[in-house]
Amino acid sequence: MYDPTVARLTYRALLGRRRALVLGALPLLLIVISVAVRLLTGADDQVAADVLGGFALATMVPIIGVIAGTGAIGPEIDDGSVVYLLSKPLKRPTIIFTKLIVAVAVTMVFSALPTLIAGLILNGNGQQVAVAYTVAALVASIAYSALFLLLGTVSRHAVVFGLVYALVWEALFGSLVSGARTLSVQQWSLAVAHKVVGSNLITSDVGLPAATALLIVVTVAATWYAGQRLRALTLAGEE
Amino acid sequence: MSTLSIDHVSRWFGNVVAVNDITMTIGPGVTGLLGPNGAGKSTLINMMGGFLAPSTGTVTLDGQPVWRNETVYRHIGIVPEREAMYDFLTGREFVVANAELHGLGAKAAQRALATVEMEYAQDRKISTYSKGMRQRVKMASALVHDPSLLLLDEPFNGMDPRQRLQLMELLRAMGDEGRTVLFSSHILEEVEQLARHIEVVVAGRHAASGDFRKIRRLMTDRPHRYLVRSSDDRALAAALIADPSTAGIEVDAVEGGLVVQAVDFGRFTTLLPKVASDQGIRLLTVSPSDESLESVFSYLVAA
Repeated sequence: MYDPTVARLTYRALLGRRRALVLGALPLLLIVISVAVRLLTGADDQVAADVLGGFALATMVPIIGVIAGTGAIGPEIDDGSVVYLLSKPLKRPTIIFTKLIVAVAVTMVFSALPTLIAGLILNGNGQQVAVAYTVAALVASIAYSALFLLLGTVSRHAVVFGLVYALVWEALFGSLVSGARTLSVQQWSLAVAHKVVGSNLITSDVGLPAATALLIVVTVAATWYAGQRLRALTLAGEE
Repeated sequence: MSTLSIDHVSRWFGNVVAVNDITMTIGPGVTGLLGPNGAGKSTLINMMGGFLAPSTGTVTLDGQPVWRNETVYRHIGIVPEREAMYDFLTGREFVVANAELHGLGAKAAQRALATVEMEYAQDRKISTYSKGMRQRVKMASALVHDPSLLLLDEPFNGMDPRQRLQLMELLRAMGDEGRTVLFSSHILEEVEQLARHIEVVVAGRHAASGDFRKIRRLMTDRPHRYLVRSSDDRALAAALIADPSTAGIEVDAVEGGLVVQAVDFGRFTTLLPKVASDQGIRLLTVSPSDESLESVFSYLVAA
């Protein structure tokens, strides 16, 4: 199911110089904000939760997920170089699964790790806020990667659609329409964070059982469908 | 030894028919897939390579279906037309990766790089390669698993004459080894130089198949032009025009001979030596003046 060569090619493509800069910019911003907030307000659990919930989980994680998830396959399909993977005696779902693993790993490193560091800077993990948001970021990394990887196999404009989902649906719609909040990776991962922190410092609109089920269903379904998409992928000629 | 069979294959995109009921068999040796731009060559090659499902019909390699069957890639090497190829890797890294994806190692990659004579630049990034170097590294990636079928989509596009010659030699050698080599091109000279066997596709249809000289001869309703030089051109001209197999004769001062238009190829080829011998005229040159692929092609397109 996992091919080390496909993984190596995907890592090299994802962590190429320009993309790595983009991937590194948001985590750096989060750390800078955290240092500034800590210096200005001191250690405060509520402030820490607000920064991590409002910026790290709501904005940074989905954007990193979009870049890593769509970037793991979209550009290859776009420029046609995916033909070098497809013309091998290699099961298409293996290609997808490997790319998912890489996208998840990259998203985790560039979003969950900075979240932990930022949490430690903000309030030294008081009330488990840093750990709770880190766990949420880890969980969200998996679901976002699967969703955006699928998007990369479906659309040439995967990055745009991904950002629209991440920013408009999750952030804007989510705050206006309560139904939208139920169908939001962010809310599902918040349910997990709520469980870790064990208090109402972090809340979610979705219960933990439903959130867990939805996270698993979305991840598995998106990965399966991406594999099907790749099996049926046709390379249009130049004509 | 591999045989690729295309059996009543059609492919349409919406209302546009790109490939229309084509049946052909590609056997060992070099075959040229010829047609003007937009004729459906790439669509056909994509179906041969298993990257596009035929709307109807089947494509099989030695009896095995090509579409949705990853195992056939053990026997197929593909050189795509598109340029993109993991530019951030070096040539060697790229070919090694391709070898690994076939379950092979660095040794197979090195052998393939040697075959295309790219060892000297193998440690440079692909992004720094010229068009011809890219094409050769693509070839190496396609040859790494020693395939019995090689598919090349417009392989000579953008190559300089020296690179073109080099690649032609390589493909010729592959064909002589008993591999099935199919390349597409819209440039007649390329096909003429490399492949005796051609498959012609025009407007999505299979227009002709076989030795291109034979194809030319089969089209008897088209006049054949010959340049004939002899010891007495005018006497020969007078004798030839008396026969219905000849439609017109022109004395060509520039070429220093006769340009004869023959309408009945078979009859003309037996008539000419007979007439010359009867008249006591020595034939110095008899050469078909339009038997280039270009003329075959324009006839087919016009037909």
